[in-house]
Amino acid sequence: MKKWFLILFLACSLQAMAQEKIEITEADYQNTRIEMADLMRSEGKIYVLVGIIVLVFAGIVVYVINTDKKVSRLEKLLQE
Amino acid sequence: MRASWWKILTITLLAYTLIAGLLLDVPRLPILNETIRALYFHVTMWFGMIIMLVVAVVYSVKYLRSNDLKHDDLAIEFTNAAILFGVLGIVTGMLWAKFTWGDYWSGDPKQNASAIGLLMYFAYLVLRNSLTDVHQRARIGAVYSIFAFAAFIPLIFVLPRLTDSLHPGNGGNPGFNAYDLDSKLRMVFYPAIIAWTLLGTWLSFVRVRLRRVERKIEDKLINQVL
Repeated sequence: MKKWFLILFLACSLQAMAQEKIEITEADYQNTRIEMADLMRSEGKIYVLVGIIVLVFAGIVVYVINTDKKVSRLEKLLQE
Repeated sequence: MRASWWKILTITLLAYTLIAGLLLDVPRLPILNETIRALYFHVTMWFGMIIMLVVAVVYSVKYLRSNDLKHDDLAIEFTNAAILFGVLGIVTGMLWAKFTWGDYWSGDPKQNASAIGLLMYFAYLVLRNSLTDVHQRARIGAVYSIFAFAAFIPLIFVLPRLTDSLHPGNGGNPGFNAYDLDSKLRMVFYPAIIAWTLLGTWLSFVRVRLRRVERKIEDKLINQVL
């Protein structure tokens, strides 16, 4: 019985420890004192960055798909 | 391309992660600033790694039950992809730490524990490669993989929480908490986890298929000689 109480209290205290979280509020989204890349975004340069990253990603995707197809061809070849 | 619907899903989700990860609103938090977006790329690596390690453990158990090398193929290749993600996770973590904690490596419990965890998995690869018999290699590899996973989880999730750590989610740490995300961060974070995990799965499957082709060719060659 004592043991179970101990486990229960331990579980409660662990729960209390887990609640030391700092919540993100709406105020954090409006907090302009924190420096962000606002200028880069307002100038639209962020889209250049997004464009470059997406192009690189597209290239890698094409490459992976080609590799996948090559393996499929190899499997077919082996089955014949 | 075989069974392509989930591969299309992978590409779509990854594209969403990259675009939305850079463009959508994030909370303005001290110290983190714009680097909070690394959440979608650094933290997801570890989530992907854990998910793929679970798959590897499942197939290790399946191998031990059946002695079928097909299960071993999946176990080793999912572990390989998981290790890749883990290495990327630790390297991106170091870069992120340089600008938020002040140093690439500050001997933080989370960093040390994940480094030890990765070393365990490097040892897995060395162990496998030191054995020549495929069944012996698969069996010892499977047993090691199960034990390594059982040690890895407490190492990176439990132990760092028992001491003070700079890493979010461990100790009494200000900044933001990785386990207390707000809904806007979740909107990219969860798809990002799925996206990266699916990418790892795709790469693993391609390599599994190559492994099986290789084995078939070897079998054919042996049969020709006889």
